[in-house]
Amino acid sequence: MTHTLMPLMIAVPLGGAFLCALMGKRTRALPDAMGFLVTLLTAAGAVYSVSLVKSADTLVYSMGGWRAPVGIVLSLDGLTALMLVTVNLVAFLVAIYARGYMERYTSKRLFYGLFLLMLAGMNGVVLTGDMFNLFVFLEIASVASYALVAFGTGKQELEAAFKYGVMGTIASLFILLGIILLYARTSTLNMADMAAALAGGGGDVVPLVTGLFLAGFGLKAALVPFHAWLPDAHPSAPAPISAMLSGVLIKSLGVYAMVRVLYNVLGVAEVSETGSPFTPLIVLGILSMMVGVVLALGQWDMKRLLAYHSISQIGYVILAIGIGTPLAVLAGLFHLFNHSIFKSLLFLDSGSLEQATGTRDLRRMAGVGRKLPVTSGSTLIASMSIAGIPPFNGFWSKLLIIVAAVRAGHSWSAFWAVLASILTLASFTKVLRYGFQGGGAGKRLRELAAVPLSMKVALVLFAVICIGGGLLLLPSLRDLFLGPAADALAGGTRQLGFVLTGGAS
Amino acid sequence: MTAYILCLILFSLGIYCAVSKRNLIKIIVGVAIAEYAVNLMFVLVGYRIGGVPPIFAAPGEAQGAMVDPLPHALVLTSIVIGLATTALLAAIAMRIYRKYGTYDVNEIRELRG
Amino acid sequence: MADRREDGMSLIVKTVTRLTLGLILLYGLYIVLHGHLTPGGGFAGGVIVALSLVHLVLAFGGRSAWKRISHSGASVMEATGALGFLALALLGLTAGFFLSNFLPEGRAFALFSAGSIPLANLAICLKVGGGLFAVFAILTIFTAETASPDGGER
Repeated sequence: MTHTLMPLMIAVPLGGAFLCALMGKRTRALPDAMGFLVTLLTAAGAVYSVSLVKSADTLVYSMGGWRAPVGIVLSLDGLTALMLVTVNLVAFLVAIYARGYMERYTSKRLFYGLFLLMLAGMNGVVLTGDMFNLFVFLEIASVASYALVAFGTGKQELEAAFKYGVMGTIASLFILLGIILLYARTSTLNMADMAAALAGGGGDVVPLVTGLFLAGFGLKAALVPFHAWLPDAHPSAPAPISAMLSGVLIKSLGVYAMVRVLYNVLGVAEVSETGSPFTPLIVLGILSMMVGVVLALGQWDMKRLLAYHSISQIGYVILAIGIGTPLAVLAGLFHLFNHSIFKSLLFLDSGSLEQATGTRDLRRMAGVGRKLPVTSGSTLIASMSIAGIPPFNGFWSKLLIIVAAVRAGHSWSAFWAVLASILTLASFTKVLRYGFQGGGAGKRLRELAAVPLSMKVALVLFAVICIGGGLLLLPSLRDLFLGPAADALAGGTRQLGFVLTGGAS
Repeated sequence: MTAYILCLILFSLGIYCAVSKRNLIKIIVGVAIAEYAVNLMFVLVGYRIGGVPPIFAAPGEAQGAMVDPLPHALVLTSIVIGLATTALLAAIAMRIYRKYGTYDVNEIRELRG
Repeated sequence: MADRREDGMSLIVKTVTRLTLGLILLYGLYIVLHGHLTPGGGFAGGVIVALSLVHLVLAFGGRSAWKRISHSGASVMEATGALGFLALALLGLTAGFFLSNFLPEGRAFALFSAGSIPLANLAICLKVGGGLFAVFAILTIFTAETASPDGGER
């Protein structure tokens, strides 16, 4: 089955970005309106795609009418639908927030142009069924994000953007090298065709390519030991961009691309009932979890603390997916979605705190809880989510990960997961105490700027999803949303076969 | 085979330059060298021994074995992507010079921890 | 009064530039329009078109060249190219698929053939050429503003 929604999910943000860049100077209100409208359309499209997947199970779109394996195809299955909803929902809420926050930067049209370009790139990464097309969209989103990190052009932003840019480019080169080696072996770029060709026996090149992809996509996903750019880049970016980077970019470019290639194309990792763990992912996951949370404990800069926690939580996701049972994969993907929601909320909160108090240092931020009710309430909700306190969404996904790890016999992994969770709780207790409840040396209660309405709306909406996120585990919703995603990974190298047989009609 | 190994050596040289040099501009040059090495390897992968360029000059004319045209198209895209990345890094480096007053990486260390 | 450090390069270079500028532009357009027949196409032709303008700026020097060429024109050219390509892709929807070839194909190896491919090449030329020239413009104007003025003009 095919549907025109798929190319439109990429074309609409792309058109919006260039219209913004072209006409934004003449019409003052155009960039805001364009950002809001485009993200609303793509979010609606993403939700619609979930229902499409429910009715048709998988969809294929052949660009230009050229069928696979000759042409470039877009493929939509459960995992893609999950990523589409995550990316576009967060983008929509961040666009609402950015309307208020970006008032103090000079060029909104450039901001929205780059923002929509990044969104188009991410949509392209999750939708595509062709390896080189994956690389092209990955580069579009990455280069847009390098420019967005440097957006404020202050000293720290530029240094962070340069570091991020160089490391990200080298990672992309590793990915490209991997794609070249795969092409040399299989003479095709289509993911499904490549999976079929490799299953027939592409043995000697696969371990090298796996190593290259683990390094390349691992850097995009900020796994330890490739994480060094993230603690500098995420705090320096403007708050809505930090939310997008930490919330969706490292997931769609890093985690999604990695698991799609490792599970569905290369077939080096599999999902089976008895558990077929993929050791590199488990090791990287545990390392990221522990290093991230330990380094976060000593941080006083709120955004840097949140950045280290991102590394830790992505470690959870990678660990869960690496364990390899269907329950673990489901838990990992659920945690991916949850983390997008509560991490974006935390970064937006830190942005509104920074706007109100003028600082990011927790020691100087004391006692603003009374004056900023929406911000402090939503930070409380998000902190409880990330620390894994019931009944918020983080609790359910973390519990599921630990249960799945124990069931699969990985007790040590479960132990590290619990330990990281306890340390996360300690870290966020510090945030809440110093940031909101007072007890520091802050003297600026009288000078707090008001938080604009658009920012408040975004914070409240995110918090609502945090509270209600646990409902996604109800059987009816699970089969609609998370179930197909986990099945897509479980399908292994046969999963993408529908691209070749489904055709274009 | 030696051509591929030479490409990989060039790639390693580029990465070595990017990680060991102290001047920002030299880091960018290192990344650019690595990028071109990867593009070169891509084109070489498409070569067929005794092949002719993949162009049809007149209708119906029979050619010998043509080299693979797909890597050519992909390398064009990759070169333009490399151009965009290098231009962005250069612009950021110029602005860093304006703010910090130096191109030396060891002096540009405001972010730590 | 013109001092020794005149803007741009010598008079010979400026005269030759005036003559060859149009030729380089024409050559770039030739490569773009014949993209479906000979090697090249949008990317390479766009770079050559941008180079013709860069040639102009280099030969006449930054200060006088930027008074005549608007550097925001490059951004407009670039965005127009991108939107043109997207428009072609969406028009392809009328023939059933995004990006499909919806114009009549014509005789093989003729100049006006192969459907919408020459139009796509033209759009890519605008985009790449405009983009490259815009990057050059930003970098040179930026340097002019940050370098300490020796003539005391800026």
